[in-house]
Amino acid sequence: MPESILSVEHLKKHFPTKQGLVRAIDDITFSVAPGDTLGLVGESGSGKTTTAQCVVGMYPPTSGEIRFKEEQIGTAFKRRPKYVKGDLRIVFQDPGSSLNPKRTIKQILSIPLKVHHIGTQHDRLARMKELLNMVELPADEYLYKYPQAIGGGEKQMVALARALATNPSFVLLDEPTSALDVSVQGKIINLLIRLQRELNLTYLFITHDLSLMRNVSSRVAIMYLGKLCEIAPTVEFFERPIHPYTKMLLSSIPVVSDAEEALKPRKAISKGEIPSPVNIPPGCSFHSRCLARNGRCAEDDPAMVEVAEGHFVRCHAALESELSGHGPA
Amino acid sequence: MRQERKADFLASLAQRRRTLAKGWYKYSRNPLSVLGLVVLVLIGLAAALAPHITPYPAQAGAYTDFQNAGKPPSFEHFFGTDRIGRDVFTRVVFGYRFSLLLGIVVLGLGVAPGVVLGLIAGYHRGTWVEAVIMRTTDVFLAVPPLVLALAITAMLTPNLLNEMFAIALLWWPWYCRLVFAVSSSLRSQFFVREAELSGASEAHILFREMLPNCLAPILTKMTLDMGIVILLGASLSFIGLGAQPPTPCLGTMVADGAKRLPGEWWGTIFPALAIVIVILAFNLVGDGLRDVFAVEEV
Repeated sequence: MPESILSVEHLKKHFPTKQGLVRAIDDITFSVAPGDTLGLVGESGSGKTTTAQCVVGMYPPTSGEIRFKEEQIGTAFKRRPKYVKGDLRIVFQDPGSSLNPKRTIKQILSIPLKVHHIGTQHDRLARMKELLNMVELPADEYLYKYPQAIGGGEKQMVALARALATNPSFVLLDEPTSALDVSVQGKIINLLIRLQRELNLTYLFITHDLSLMRNVSSRVAIMYLGKLCEIAPTVEFFERPIHPYTKMLLSSIPVVSDAEEALKPRKAISKGEIPSPVNIPPGCSFHSRCLARNGRCAEDDPAMVEVAEGHFVRCHAALESELSGHGPA
Repeated sequence: MRQERKADFLASLAQRRRTLAKGWYKYSRNPLSVLGLVVLVLIGLAAALAPHITPYPAQAGAYTDFQNAGKPPSFEHFFGTDRIGRDVFTRVVFGYRFSLLLGIVVLGLGVAPGVVLGLIAGYHRGTWVEAVIMRTTDVFLAVPPLVLALAITAMLTPNLLNEMFAIALLWWPWYCRLVFAVSSSLRSQFFVREAELSGASEAHILFREMLPNCLAPILTKMTLDMGIVILLGASLSFIGLGAQPPTPCLGTMVADGAKRLPGEWWGTIFPALAIVIVILAFNLVGDGLRDVFAVEEV
């Protein structure tokens, strides 16, 4: 394994509610190498946003470790060292709510610069213009506007500029395009890819759009009910998916042509809905919807196993057939 | 470098002017609000310049002229004279000075702590900080305001200063409530979260991120409350717990003149009308402000 910039080990986040304990994240382990993009994919309610919010420090984790550049940061943001707050940034899903409607873009961009004492007052003006140019917005025009005067995609670009203001090395992207028009989604994605190259950024890209992952991420992780099912390098993930849930997701990507259809794994029928995280099925949490389940699945929870270089799967049935198909590993 | 700075300053200024112009456009669409504003400005000017524009400035305070006592309205005395011969018009204009001063001081003393406490409680929603602040607020709100003001002024010496103090003491909880309602919902907005995560101080989050979003309801309530404070001050004066004679105070004047109704009606009716007009003007301005902010929210 290459050295990692972010590593999450046995992370758990439970929320006590009136209905019972919600296990939003239930023991997940993954790591991200510098310069990589890890795509974290899952249905609504699978815990992917909670994962992002734990990593960025909005909630302290129930248990487990988060290490960022060898620094233990598994705490609430208040206890984190200040440089981590500048080095590990987040872009939220809804740009309408992440920009203060009563402040101009100049004021919004100046907060991280002031907080982290970057530059003198005059340097900051130049830096803010540079940031806006970086996200392809005309600086002189946009610097003095209020967020309500600009479009959704532009707002998201401003949010991205704000995240980049402190020169971070790691950016969490919490569904950065799902609140936007399709016409601007592509623009934002291209911008993200270009900025990653230019600024040597590492991304944790959270989304429910699998087809997006093929273009953006270098590795993909699938999350289901607070647990990871499968992590694999992107090419391998799309060409040789192992977990039944992954197959189900891949086969449900809508396609237009037969050529595209041929790329997808053999039709796996999607059935059922994601169960409530209050009432997680015993054993493997996916067994209630799984087509490949066997007797063990309802009883004991499978462990994460590395089946190929960097390819991890957590499934009894898949592993058994994998072992018989490939001989002893 | 220098030029760039200048351009930045000018552009910020232009943006501010555009915002103001837009606000004024919305405000001016309601002619009644404009009328209210005009009346308020006139009253404010008259009060500020009272010694120079009133016909008999010497008669505002302690003065007796029994020969001219109880004269009905005429060219010499627009609003007539009171029972000891003082010009009622002069006294009404001077009375506005005290009423406006009362309103400004009370809201100044009451709004600031109320807003700050409301912001703190909203930011710490769900913790003991919120519980302490909001339950204290509830205690103050549980007592009827006039009764509490009566109790306080009766306990202290009745004069203008204590009257202000008493009313201010019962005004802050309303603002605390109002601001808490707004700020506790702002708390979960992502721009507040973002500021926290980037490491901004609590003071920055309270006053730079949350306060600007609370200003609309605060300003609207303040203009509407001005009228109520003036009325409450007049009520306290009316029952003799406010400013004491010979201070020209609208409430005291109404009370004094009421003893000679219906014959010398001008001693009561004119100060009473003065109270009505200023309260009405403040309410109209408040409505106008509400329009300005309400449309912006959509």
